[in-house]
Amino acid sequence: MPMLYIVDRRKNPTGKSLGNRQRFMRRAKAQIKKAVEDTIRSRGITDITSGDQVTIPGKTLKEPSFHHAGRGGNRNYVLPGNKKFVQGDRIARPNGGDGGTGGSQASPDGDGEDDFQFTLTRDEFLDVFFEDLELPDLLKKSLKQTTAFRNARAGFSVEGTPANLSLVRTMRNSLARRIGLKRPKTAEVRELEEKITALQAKAEKRPNGTLTKADEDTLHGLLADLEEAKRRMKAIPFIDPIDTRYNQFQQIPDPNTQAVMFCLMDVSGSMSEQMKELAKRFFMLLHLFLHRRYEHVEVVFIRHTSRASEVDEETFFYSRETGGTIVSTALEEMKKVLVDRYPTDQWNIYAAQASDGDNYSNDGVKCTTLLAEDLLPKCQYYAYIEITDEREAEIFAAAEGETALWKAYAPLAKDNPRFALKRVTKAADIFPVFRELFAKNRTEARV
Amino acid sequence: MNTKAKSSETDHTPDTSKLLFTSADWDFETLKSTYDAIEDIAMNELKLDVYPNQVEVITSEQMLDAYSSIGMPLMYHHWSFGKRFVRDDVMYRKGYQGLAYEIVINSNPCISYVMEENTIVMQALVIAHAAFGHNHFFKNNYLFKQWTDAEGILDYLQFAKGYIAKCEDRFGFEAVERVLDAAHALMEQGVNRYSHPEKPNLAVELERERERAKYEDETYNDLWRTLPQPDQGDQDMDELKRKMRIEERRAQFGLPEENLLYFLEKNAPSLQAWEREIIRIVRNIGQYFYPQKQTKMMNEGCACYVHYAIMNSLYDKGLISEGAMMEFIDYHSRVVFQAEYDDPRYSGFNPYALGFAMMQDIHRICVDPTDEDRKWFPDIAGNNEPVETLKEAWAHYRDESFILQFLSPKLMRDMRMFMIDDQSTSPHLEVAAIHDDNGYRKVRRSLARMHDISVREPDMQVVDVDIRGNRQLYIQHTEHEGIRLEKSDAQMTLGYIGQLWGYGVTLQAVDYESGEILHEMNYTPEDLMGN
Repeated sequence: MPMLYIVDRRKNPTGKSLGNRQRFMRRAKAQIKKAVEDTIRSRGITDITSGDQVTIPGKTLKEPSFHHAGRGGNRNYVLPGNKKFVQGDRIARPNGGDGGTGGSQASPDGDGEDDFQFTLTRDEFLDVFFEDLELPDLLKKSLKQTTAFRNARAGFSVEGTPANLSLVRTMRNSLARRIGLKRPKTAEVRELEEKITALQAKAEKRPNGTLTKADEDTLHGLLADLEEAKRRMKAIPFIDPIDTRYNQFQQIPDPNTQAVMFCLMDVSGSMSEQMKELAKRFFMLLHLFLHRRYEHVEVVFIRHTSRASEVDEETFFYSRETGGTIVSTALEEMKKVLVDRYPTDQWNIYAAQASDGDNYSNDGVKCTTLLAEDLLPKCQYYAYIEITDEREAEIFAAAEGETALWKAYAPLAKDNPRFALKRVTKAADIFPVFRELFAKNRTEARV
Repeated sequence: MNTKAKSSETDHTPDTSKLLFTSADWDFETLKSTYDAIEDIAMNELKLDVYPNQVEVITSEQMLDAYSSIGMPLMYHHWSFGKRFVRDDVMYRKGYQGLAYEIVINSNPCISYVMEENTIVMQALVIAHAAFGHNHFFKNNYLFKQWTDAEGILDYLQFAKGYIAKCEDRFGFEAVERVLDAAHALMEQGVNRYSHPEKPNLAVELERERERAKYEDETYNDLWRTLPQPDQGDQDMDELKRKMRIEERRAQFGLPEENLLYFLEKNAPSLQAWEREIIRIVRNIGQYFYPQKQTKMMNEGCACYVHYAIMNSLYDKGLISEGAMMEFIDYHSRVVFQAEYDDPRYSGFNPYALGFAMMQDIHRICVDPTDEDRKWFPDIAGNNEPVETLKEAWAHYRDESFILQFLSPKLMRDMRMFMIDDQSTSPHLEVAAIHDDNGYRKVRRSLARMHDISVREPDMQVVDVDIRGNRQLYIQHTEHEGIRLEKSDAQMTLGYIGQLWGYGVTLQAVDYESGEILHEMNYTPEDLMGN
């Protein structure tokens, strides 16, 4: 007789084929990467972080084998469902597809060369997306001898402050000790007292006010018990100092893993909606990128015309403003916010500035000074993105059209590795420019 | 189906006390009691001969996992399994494709996977189908007995998985993947079709692997490296021996050899020991699946016949309710559905449908034969031993021979089979035979050939190797009826052979009848030397 074993495997770890999936991803890396970049180009920035469906060409993952071609040669086969044919009938060759003629030979494992579609998880997506990129100066050098500490649980100790008393542990010890030493329970004492009261009440009811001999003995016994119980209760305290346990904490050095990202943008009339959209894409990429590296990322939006102010995201991107353009106001504002809220020893500071390059003609020097003396020394990285209209870019390309801001910034970039400038004219440029700014070899080149 | 359901309807009183289950959900207790009831029927009524059963409950995700690793619970890692996984995953999540209700492993004990999402009726169906139907077939069919080792397969896969993981650690993913890719491409040409292989035994395998490594260590001598390269100048000797050599070396390498992987494992000049071992692993796994490919239709037919008999018996005994029976019939009829050739759903014969129809037909011939059946099947018609007859057939046939032996004119008429003759030179297809007196034998022969793996798969052989010259390897494809190889795939696969062989490879297509070389394909090692 066959024996039966029923095994419940549902609790077994799933994802057994994770290894296979990783191997598959590695195999299809080039195709996946291309698909991801295409997706980025075509998709709104806001939903960039959800994983994504990618489609890659089937034939790059082909598993070839020796098998017969689908057609040609002389063959015969049997089909089910004859309706009207008799022997000797001729049928026009069905064209296109294997119609009903394929038999079992058409495709060896039903695995044609169809394009291959599957979903990347968010992490896989971002890994591919940010591959080969890295943040310059990931952690502040000064923070390598960390000053920030974090409390971490480190078991229990017998001494500590009352605030750290571990009730559960303490009560557990107390209970064990009380049971071990046979400390009478309150309920037991109360029971004794009730019995005594009952007996005494009984005595009062009797005419002579005394109990029978038997009751008298019981009463004495009870009174003695009560006295003993009370003595024990006093001698064995409910909570003894040896019961107490305290939560113990340890100071764990905590590397600085928070970053603040400053987004500076010119919102004057000369910046069209389209240009702002481009800037937004760049900011979002940077934000996403920082999020990969830091546990906590804050974003500060500073917009400026001839005045600058810190605003929320919505206002930053969508509200209109008129006026001239004085870039240094934004830099002043940034400096102020930095000093007020983001001490450099606790924050990694990144900044990205987007502008069409216009500036009030006398402002250039002030900007450079501000940057060189106040901001750049505090920043991990400062990127300036100049957004130019596509048509304008063509016109000016010939004329070496350098904008006021570019002219002012360019010398600064030469000898400051933390400062970079790039031009962007259309959405497709954003990602390449971003990659260029953060490409790994940049770091090497700088050293 | 109708007769059976009707006859039982009359005497089936709605006595719910005997029912094995009343709701759709299952728990381990009902699963066990249902199994016991099924086992009782399988062992005492059908008298099946099975391995002990191990039923494993898994989630749909785990089912996808198992699915992608060619249905084995243990498998080494390879990207192609990952590819299958992501494809099945997408198809399943989008609802284009359901999951298999079960997977069953030809092992001892016989492991059947059932999904937790299944209703209890489905679990009953799956247990009857896999744990008894397939199980009986695995244990009794001659091909499985001869070619596979149910006792050792799981141990062997464990060994294979560990070995390949170890190789990945030592030699890197890429190096291992290169060998696996090539070996997978040749898996179908990696089986011995005629000679009896020795059963792989874990202890022996481990020992052999160890010895290979030991031999390598022992025979290593740094002095060999310092020897001067031999002169190429002995022309005269060459001339003298040239003619003898061809025959000699053919004998030396045991050529022609149809098992390309075996040949490469043993003879490829530049492979490392571990690379040979990996080829051997792929070869052994291919060999293990070889019987399944040849008996797909029978195996499913057997399992469907068994589950159908068992479920009906459960119903007749009042152990399952009418509702449960309806649910079962719904599943069953979906499984054994055969689309007709002009139906958009048609994609060849459904092995479940054809198999089940043939088993039921044999049952009918044994119990209630017509004159035609008596003429066609004098041995079995009216012998009134349907189950014994079927068990006999399950044990001694494979798809091709089974069809040739047992496909009846009635079934050909029922399924309205017709045969198409497709000559590439003719602008038309011709109906060569239909389900009539003139056509029965032709249709039957043609259908049998469609199920013959040696016709379906190309006939490939290693025919020669110039071992003392430029080490060119010659592979021959014997073309039958002008049916060629799929060209781009063949070229890529040839590249894989070249990769393992390490030198040039020539693929010659030779006409089966005239013996003349029709065309050639070459792989030159420069592609390889380049990197």
